[in-house]
Amino acid sequence: MREDRPPPTPSRGGAYSPPPPDQVLENVLEHVLQFLTFRRDRNAAALVCRSWHRAEALTRLELFIGNCYAVAPRRAMERFRRATAVTIKGKPRFADFNLMPPDWGANFTPWVTFMAQCYRALEKLCLKRMFVTDEDLELLASFPSFRELVLICCDGFGTSGLAVVASKCRKLRVLDLIEDEVTDDEIDWISCFPEGETCLESLIFDCVECPIYFEALERLVARSPSLKKLKLNRYVSIVQLYRLMIRAPQLTHLGTGSFSPSEIVAQGDQEPDYSSAFDACRSLVCLSGFREIVPDYLPAIYPVCANLTSLNFSYANISAEQLRSVIRYCHKLQIFWVLDTVCDAGLQAVAATCKDLRELRVFPIDAREDSEAPVSDVGLLAISEGCRKLQSILYFCQRMTNAAVIAMSENCPELVVFRLCIMGRHLPDHVTREPMDEGFGAIVKNCKKLTRLATSGLLTDRAFSYIGQYGKLVRTLSVAFAGDSDTGLKYVLEGCPRLQKLEIRDSPFGDSALRTGLHRYYNMRFLWMSSCRLTRRGCKEIAQQMPHLVVEMINGEEEEVKDDYVDTLYMYRSLDGPRADAPSFVTIL
Amino acid sequence: MEADLGLLTASGGGGGASSGGSASGSISMLSKEDNRGLTSEESSSYADESGLELGLGLSLRGGGGRGGGRCKSAVWGPYARILTAKDLPSMGLKSSSDHKSPSSLSSSSSSSSSSMTKANFSSGTKRAADSGVSQVVGWPPIRAYRMNSLVNQSKSPPRDELHSTFERSKTKNEVIDLTNSGCNKNCNNVERKGQPKTSLFVKVNMDGFPIGRKVDLSAHACYETLAKTLEDMFCKATTTIGARGSGMEEHDVMAEAIGSSKLLDGSSEFVLTYEDKDGDWMLVGDVPWGMFLNSAKRLRIMRTSEAKGLGPRFQQRD
Repeated sequence: MREDRPPPTPSRGGAYSPPPPDQVLENVLEHVLQFLTFRRDRNAAALVCRSWHRAEALTRLELFIGNCYAVAPRRAMERFRRATAVTIKGKPRFADFNLMPPDWGANFTPWVTFMAQCYRALEKLCLKRMFVTDEDLELLASFPSFRELVLICCDGFGTSGLAVVASKCRKLRVLDLIEDEVTDDEIDWISCFPEGETCLESLIFDCVECPIYFEALERLVARSPSLKKLKLNRYVSIVQLYRLMIRAPQLTHLGTGSFSPSEIVAQGDQEPDYSSAFDACRSLVCLSGFREIVPDYLPAIYPVCANLTSLNFSYANISAEQLRSVIRYCHKLQIFWVLDTVCDAGLQAVAATCKDLRELRVFPIDAREDSEAPVSDVGLLAISEGCRKLQSILYFCQRMTNAAVIAMSENCPELVVFRLCIMGRHLPDHVTREPMDEGFGAIVKNCKKLTRLATSGLLTDRAFSYIGQYGKLVRTLSVAFAGDSDTGLKYVLEGCPRLQKLEIRDSPFGDSALRTGLHRYYNMRFLWMSSCRLTRRGCKEIAQQMPHLVVEMINGEEEEVKDDYVDTLYMYRSLDGPRADAPSFVTIL
Repeated sequence: MEADLGLLTASGGGGGASSGGSASGSISMLSKEDNRGLTSEESSSYADESGLELGLGLSLRGGGGRGGGRCKSAVWGPYARILTAKDLPSMGLKSSSDHKSPSSLSSSSSSSSSSMTKANFSSGTKRAADSGVSQVVGWPPIRAYRMNSLVNQSKSPPRDELHSTFERSKTKNEVIDLTNSGCNKNCNNVERKGQPKTSLFVKVNMDGFPIGRKVDLSAHACYETLAKTLEDMFCKATTTIGARGSGMEEHDVMAEAIGSSKLLDGSSEFVLTYEDKDGDWMLVGDVPWGMFLNSAKRLRIMRTSEAKGLGPRFQQRD
């Protein structure tokens, strides 16, 4: 209760006039709602009644926009007037794999333009798969309280934009650039941070593919006492890394840059004691980088292994033996990313030591359909037997068996994310030659907490019947080169009540399957179907029946409209109708 | 035709040793003869008659998307991406090369460019089917950033493999000159594990392209891998950034030009040139690799029309 409200006093005549219930309620609500942080809870609260809706809108501090085209900037910002942290996601995930032409959209400019009017108190911004220009960054930098910028898989800006952010954001604490495409404008942006002590806590720029002026970086690190997270790009050599580490022993997250020397080091040369630098970093829990690793230097990290909870070797071409020498110390490891060069033997070493492993990602060094991937069902089985607490796995391979996948479903009941990518298309179980239906079926059946699934290999409609039957919590489903007929997709659309994001490519699903999902689409964030059997007519039908759905047809070929088939369908709910910035190759039905 | 393609692959394997994780264009067409390296299920999927359907259709089952289908072949086409020793102009093998006819390849590679460009798909599709394996856009699903990073790395292939591929290329090529052996020597240097490498980053600019890139010359052992890396850099750049502002048309032109990967032999719209220590602009490929490493200060992918007068090759053509 607010203290400044006078308690209701009974009047002499006995008539008691309490404060209007709305106001009391709102005051209480505002106090209570501030404890609600999960947006799903907040969304639920906002549905109770109008006053709750209002109170919730005024107290929401973190605004999450899952699809930048689902709502216009104005509408979102006028409802949530006091938000200080905003997250916006743009392009659908398949755009990462060149399945969408450039210039499709997801422009940040309309958002930042509106923010400049409504959200001048903005503090934090996180963008994923958006197109952000240098001008946008410049505008952001002018917000007086702005302190945290996280850009993931974005493009459209360059080092000149970074320079402006560095120089104008006086309160910048976090600048995280994760897998962005940053153009090299040949500006030394590191030097643009103002002199004097900074409040930087996190500086992540490992994706920035331009050399940096090292002395400026060294000085920056030296005057950033709060710096906890530092991830360097591959232009930083191991000698330079050493110099930075001895200035920042308080680091908790370190991206090591190239992890190799920049010049030829002759046999007798004096090299710094890298191991002692790592030894001095008592708080280090997350290690990544190793972009151009020379494995001889690997022992330098031994001192920190016992404390590591996260280790990213996914750019490090190391062998099983080299991995073994490191991983045997990593008892506390929870997150591990690695290249398949470590082979099944390397994964067996992981399984032997990392009993606390929660997340594993195994990337291919040779990402082609016909490559000889050195990891297989053997590695997967070993992991399942050793790492019983596994929650999330992404596994690229060429040879897989149903037996190994079934074993994982039984050994790892905590699995929430299961993404298996058998790189050769339509590959069956390499031992039994059967489709991979039973394996994926076991996953959805036995892993009761599963919310994300990505399939691969030879799959019939049966696999989808399993998913529809058992995948009751599945929110994200990725399908490629799978299924026999419309029935497959129907199973999923009818069976999975929590489905939010469905992305399908190159599978024989057509209009009749699309129609069965009509009851589903308003509850989903998006549906992506490329190179399937959808026709323009079928998509138009959906568009007509569902007015709040934006149905985008993205055609690769503008001239050849030789058949009625649709290249790519990208469909999403929207409160504000079709977007105005669609390029010519997009047709909104 | 099949046999010739097989040869191309075998010798291309050497140049492709460091081709790394590029799903969208590394040469991987294999004739039946070359499938000995694959496991049986892979070869049966790709190399025989059912492979024809794969190439044509979208998925194996039910005949794929539609009759006549469309093969989402790689952005830059699966053909002749890796230039082998015989492609180098100094080898003078073009006349004896019956492995590919430039016209057929350029048309096929232009026709197999990204599904996002206005390419003529039918002929590209057929050729994909003929050759067996076709690389599909965006598969396996690895982000371009990761693939680029792995390509940039100087990967040291196992000693045996590197030697054997060069052996094969040697026996298939009658004429072996300095360039090839120079390449071999450099490859030996690269393959010694644990030896810290020298970085030789030079800037690369491409005509008509606002964004320059940098490439590490020391990460390459021969002209082929360098050309391939440059193609990857600029082709990936065009699919994500380059087309912006310049319109789709120019993107297509560039896609087709680079896709035909004639950077080194001068028969495409673009040629690869470098500025040497004296400030002169020279055609890449004329001197032994080691000499090139020592003298190149920066690279430029320039339009053939502007490159006239650079080096003897063009004088002959005129």
